[in-house]
Amino acid sequence: MELFTNQVLAGIATGAIYACMALAVVMIYQAIDHLNFAQGEMAMFSTFISWQLMQWGVSYWAAFLITLAFSFVAGIAIERILFKPLAKAPVLTNVAGFIALFAIINSSAGLIWDFTIKQYPTPFGSAPFLGSQLISTHQAGMIGVTVLLLLGLYFFFQYTRIGLAMRAAASVPESARLVGINTSWMIALGWGMATAIGSIAGMLIAPVVFLEPNMMGGVLIYGFAAAVLGGLSSPFGAVVGGFLVGVFENLAGTYIPGVGNELKLPIALALIISVLVVKPAGLFGRHIVKRV
Amino acid sequence: MSAAEEVVAEGHQAVEAVPKRAMTLGTGTSLVVLAALLIVPMFVKNFIIFQMTMLLIYGLAVLALNILTGGSGQFSLGQSAFYAVGAYTTAVLMEHFNVNYALTLPTAGVICFAVGFLFGKPALRLSGVYLALATFALATAMPQLLKLNVLEHWTGGVQGLIVTKPDAPFGIPLSQDTWFYYFTLAIVLAIYIFSVNLLRSRSGRAFMAIRDNEIAASAMGVDVALYKTLAFGVSAGITGVAGSLGAIAVQFVAPDSFTFTLAISLFLGMVVGGVGWLPGSIVGAAFIIFVPNIAEGISKGLSGAVFGVLLFLVIYLVPHGARQVALLSQNLLPRRTKD
Repeated sequence: MELFTNQVLAGIATGAIYACMALAVVMIYQAIDHLNFAQGEMAMFSTFISWQLMQWGVSYWAAFLITLAFSFVAGIAIERILFKPLAKAPVLTNVAGFIALFAIINSSAGLIWDFTIKQYPTPFGSAPFLGSQLISTHQAGMIGVTVLLLLGLYFFFQYTRIGLAMRAAASVPESARLVGINTSWMIALGWGMATAIGSIAGMLIAPVVFLEPNMMGGVLIYGFAAAVLGGLSSPFGAVVGGFLVGVFENLAGTYIPGVGNELKLPIALALIISVLVVKPAGLFGRHIVKRV
Repeated sequence: MSAAEEVVAEGHQAVEAVPKRAMTLGTGTSLVVLAALLIVPMFVKNFIIFQMTMLLIYGLAVLALNILTGGSGQFSLGQSAFYAVGAYTTAVLMEHFNVNYALTLPTAGVICFAVGFLFGKPALRLSGVYLALATFALATAMPQLLKLNVLEHWTGGVQGLIVTKPDAPFGIPLSQDTWFYYFTLAIVLAIYIFSVNLLRSRSGRAFMAIRDNEIAASAMGVDVALYKTLAFGVSAGITGVAGSLGAIAVQFVAPDSFTFTLAISLFLGMVVGGVGWLPGSIVGAAFIIFVPNIAEGISKGLSGAVFGVLLFLVIYLVPHGARQVALLSQNLLPRRTKD
């Protein structure tokens, strides 16, 4: 039983990261109807920025905040410069754009910081949390930060004017434009926030998976799995999906024989495909009807 | 999220429609290209012959993706997985069962067709992004699947397998490389002709109808599910043949040769060559083989960035890739002769 509780808690901790990634993916998907395949690489790059800042002697939390600001601005810049011109292009062109961004970020991170694996500090320490053997302080920290972030986002979208404007721009862009919302900038804002959320995921998972240019590959796939499970049209679903996927991954790894670390990615693949087959809209997504 | 259903007009088209006539080269141009492919290997060194073989093989893989995307309007970021399955089929058959290399090709093709068809089954429910997503996951998961302990006896695990390069049969006085080049050329030509005819056939028209408007296609009686899966299967099958040719040419298969990077390369090759323009595949293949070499000459590790920047340039400046360039030059030529 203790093993079970332990694995569930550990699953919730990694699930928090998947929830962040899924949320970032869903926010951009809501804004522009495309999946950002470069989301993981963007998060990885941000994490490297924070690492570099710490190497220069900046304290953890200062680096954390600077990185958030950097990611926010970088996300907006990427949208304005690279993807705004593609807004009306076919899906293929957009996918190509994301792939290109993926390649550029991955290879420039490799060039700047090379491909060796780096230690990444945790501000929470890794002692047992509150004297219990079930969960480490870093895992508890991961959960805590994510919950704070989600609460913050919830209040932002629910109770601020700009949050309302962003929701309007995402769900009915034409009507939103008619009531005077600058939808184009709302999209850019969505990109900025998604990038910042992704960077939080990156900085929290880096102590676990270690810092290197390919560190987010697996995390992104699980983020996608989470987003698909929760429904790509539902930010709330993405978060729930993230936690579910995290727990599922850990339990499968513990109780199904032969499933270890080496099957991590195939499990995510199987999960994505089975959700798409059984319930394509996800748990909380809306069913979309197409008009000719 | 109160609305249970949401109605959207089809805003984003998957792929821009390509007129059927514009999909192939004229007879004259085709013959010139063919003659060049036949004659050049007689005058160049073995290494260049090897590179030309790889050019044909990647061209074939890009062609396969082109049938899927340019033909039926579906995406795949997972072509590297089918390429891997093809390569491993050949390697395992040749090394463990001593099957003749030529016989492994159809086997690889059939196995990949089946894998693609089965993978395409769920895919027929998926449109654009979801399909891209599922295939993306497939490509990322493939190296781990190949490294599985259970399969290690057959696949050689992380180490991979070494494949013996075949000699020319019947005592034909050709080096291994040259023989294999012509062998590849013959296979590629056959598949190219098959593909051109496929796209001109009833099935091809069904693919294109689905690409241009799925709902209208189904209203006209096209079995959307069947043809979408079929396109996926055919594409996977051809990629598998390319994979097995690749395994013999490189004489080695290992899980890490078939990562997501390969899938990106093939995708990039298709975009550069022009989506839906079959001859562009070879241009795209040339791009993905030679550009990384040049990029790595400039700086090691920069090749990904150069790839990405070029891809952006292509989608901004020449969104139709090599097809656009070819059409442009075609339009320019007669005018010059008139002056």
